[in-house]
Amino acid sequence: MKSYDKLIFEISKPGRRGCSLPKNTWKASVSSLPASLLRSAPASLPEVSEPDVVRHYTCLSGMNFGVDNGFYPLGSCTMKYNPKINEEAASLPGFAQIHPLQPESAVQGCLQVYHELGKALSAITGMAEFTFSPFAGAHGELTGLMVIRRWHTERNDFRRTKIIVPDSAHGTNPASAAVCGLQVVQVKSTPAGLIDVEDLKPLLDDTVAGIMMTNPNTLGLFETEIREIASLVHGCGGLLYYDGANMNPLLGKVRPGDMGFDVMHLNLHKTFSTPHGGGGPGAGPVGVTEALAEYLPEPRVKMDADGTYHIAGCAHSAGRVSGFMGNFSVLVKALAYIWTLGRENMKLAGPLATLNANYVKESLKDVYRLPVDRVCKHEFVFDGLADGSTDVTALDIAKRLLDYGFHAPTIYFPLLFHQSIMIEPTETESKETLDAFIDVMRRIAAEALSDPQMVKTAPHDTPVRRPDETLAATKPVLAYVPVAGGHAGDSVA
Amino acid sequence: MGFSYFPQTEGDIREMLERIGADSLDGLYSDVPEEFMFRGEFDLPEAMTEMEIRRRFLEMAGRNRSLTVFCGCGAYDHYSPAVIPALISRAEFQTAYTPYQAEVSQGTLRYIFEYQSMITMLTGLDCSNASMYDGATAAAEAVMMALACTKKKSRVLLSGTLLPQVIRVVETYARWHGISLDIIESEDGCTSAEDMKRKLGQGDVAGVLVPTVNRYGIIEDLSGYSEAVHGCKALLITYSDPSSLAVLKTPGEWGADIACGDCQSLGLPLSFGGPYAGYLACRREYVRKLPGRIVGETVDMDGKRSYVLTLQAREQHIRREKATSNICSNQSLMALYVTIYLSLLGREGLREVNELSFGGAHYLYDSLIATGLFEPVFDKPFLKEFVLKTSLPVEELQRRLNDAGFFAALATEEGYVSFCVTEKRTREEIDALVACVRVCGELLTNAKD
Repeated sequence: MKSYDKLIFEISKPGRRGCSLPKNTWKASVSSLPASLLRSAPASLPEVSEPDVVRHYTCLSGMNFGVDNGFYPLGSCTMKYNPKINEEAASLPGFAQIHPLQPESAVQGCLQVYHELGKALSAITGMAEFTFSPFAGAHGELTGLMVIRRWHTERNDFRRTKIIVPDSAHGTNPASAAVCGLQVVQVKSTPAGLIDVEDLKPLLDDTVAGIMMTNPNTLGLFETEIREIASLVHGCGGLLYYDGANMNPLLGKVRPGDMGFDVMHLNLHKTFSTPHGGGGPGAGPVGVTEALAEYLPEPRVKMDADGTYHIAGCAHSAGRVSGFMGNFSVLVKALAYIWTLGRENMKLAGPLATLNANYVKESLKDVYRLPVDRVCKHEFVFDGLADGSTDVTALDIAKRLLDYGFHAPTIYFPLLFHQSIMIEPTETESKETLDAFIDVMRRIAAEALSDPQMVKTAPHDTPVRRPDETLAATKPVLAYVPVAGGHAGDSVA
Repeated sequence: MGFSYFPQTEGDIREMLERIGADSLDGLYSDVPEEFMFRGEFDLPEAMTEMEIRRRFLEMAGRNRSLTVFCGCGAYDHYSPAVIPALISRAEFQTAYTPYQAEVSQGTLRYIFEYQSMITMLTGLDCSNASMYDGATAAAEAVMMALACTKKKSRVLLSGTLLPQVIRVVETYARWHGISLDIIESEDGCTSAEDMKRKLGQGDVAGVLVPTVNRYGIIEDLSGYSEAVHGCKALLITYSDPSSLAVLKTPGEWGADIACGDCQSLGLPLSFGGPYAGYLACRREYVRKLPGRIVGETVDMDGKRSYVLTLQAREQHIRREKATSNICSNQSLMALYVTIYLSLLGREGLREVNELSFGGAHYLYDSLIATGLFEPVFDKPFLKEFVLKTSLPVEELQRRLNDAGFFAALATEEGYVSFCVTEKRTREEIDALVACVRVCGELLTNAKD
């Protein structure tokens, strides 16, 4: 399987087909349409048999690595175990076959999912109400910022066009702010890795719409000055946005709503264990305080006194951010996860994630440089190897880990350090797995000194080895173009 | 602990805390001010067993009504072969993250490359990204992209015949992004070319977004659009149901610069509106303004063909506020769904899907007109979806059809009723719907008298 190197187009042969369709007994035909409305030549889609398709994609799956394959300590991504019962629940025909525009009376079960999940997330986060339209974390950020802007403009306050973002923030924060038409103002971190309150103070005036915070931040550190930051930002008329990407360690322990946040998003594909799917679909529901509930985007689900559900609008709606009502089946999975944990296990998820992270950190900090040495939450960041006598980089260490059957941590983020290695184990990993990882990380640190060249040329045991990214970017081949006699990529440069 | 997702035993926890130097799990939160520690009980149910979960969700799903779908309006009941769920549920695909580590993500990267290729084949454009969230947000991104491609312009024209939800989402993005939108009037069910030209003439237009098949199901004739739009140095953006592009004139052939739409029609489950996937494609000269992930082909250090995320200088994790978009996670697994669907259906199958839908839709159209209860609204070519006028009370009609097990005659904003037929609908189902409509018609007409 390691040598499999086909594209679906390369196993195509004219005359093969991979599906069966009903016999056409209709009178009308597309060919009756004016030729000016028809495409001139058929699309060069593949022609393959059903077994060909199954084998091809099964082979491709063998070139992938998921949480089910092994430990995936990718920092800020919360790669926890994805329970299988959740998949089953989401694919029930009673959910999967429902058209989004069916009348309310025919979709009471779907609407109940929104209602129950909203209730559960409100309990867990301390926010009053959630919208489920956002499709992903970044989409949640954008939606939350729209809510904030709408809140200001509805009060005839049009000057608030700045948003404060810490230098340690995820890249999506400033990018979402820009899409929302806000000007990003960066606030610095202290050497201890926390927001510099003294740097923040002079930034606060009546042009500030709010601040986006990730707490714990991307160094895995709890922002201990949150009380003062909240009071300063609220004092200048701004609102507090909570980036829920790092919510996992707070599960069951701390609620954003209690810390003074007005608007937040959750990444259901992180904290609530719906799978990442190789980069989506996720879901980024946005929660707000009571005061902001009427500013959420449409639509929202409401329950009547008699227990029936209906779809409603919002008095000061920020607009509409999804064609229908978000990634519904992802919501089903998250609700199944929450109900499986229940009130008792929910309280343990955060602490166990925190335990696992601190255990790995303490077990490796003598061989990897730990820039901020204090208790972390769900993740922590090393700045390369403790022994600086080798030129082995964070990238080399990450690649070498792949040879040992572990996924790599997040590297070169956050941008505060040159050789960031960001490790997040999550609560679903056993001590034995962590010990094996610690062992390998120590071994790599030793290899970096004894055989640096071997580490610098890693990985050695993966389906491909260090692709040439420069070539990919300078001479982009972004699509297969059929050519008689074989494959030829089409460079778009 | 005795909970199936948490492997730590009490002994493990003790040993681990010891290494950390903490006295308890609570001790790991010593950095959190006590006032913020949640000491209460969550208002959540007690932990449920897998058996209870299965029962509760079956119950909830049972509160929905599975109806025979005769409506579209942006979500289409096309057939999805059994191979697809079997393959996409493979954990190696499902439980992987965004393919940053190319060496162990060739599976994801390769199917995205195939997906991009198939989107270019359907749209007739050069480049596609790895997917957007849905059709409506893809349209919003296309509009912002047009602005980025045409410097110093602030207006975008939007056809009033686009799906209502697409217009609303684009309006929302535009409002906060500072784009001034103008809706192009519709004329006889189609985008008014005259009104578009008039609005183009007012200047400052970065892009024009029009559907190739519109909210009434009509196939729009976009002859002359490309010349008019490009003549004003604006970009032509088309919104299309990608399934229809197996037979209909492609965005590339219409002269579009950017194409967008929703991949749901390519066999994705209706699933109450999501997850679907938006597609976004463009001409090669605009690829560096294309938002989101893009996969490219290259070679590895041994010279072996490999795939990587590329042109990342456009993206938020590199460029932060200067990125082309804020999108990070997209709908990758749904792109796999689309890729497998298009592989199975192939060149011939997707054409047949359109033929079957077209044939069935025209049969239903004729049958409904023959009842005498409906009148045509527009005399324009349509593919699988159409609207009619009726003197029957629309809500009551729809309710009665629901009771009989049909989802049909969806009321539109304009007061028409909308129908759609895919290859899944049999002649028997269509005849049964029409018979039911006749009965409803008699009852409702009598009630009126």
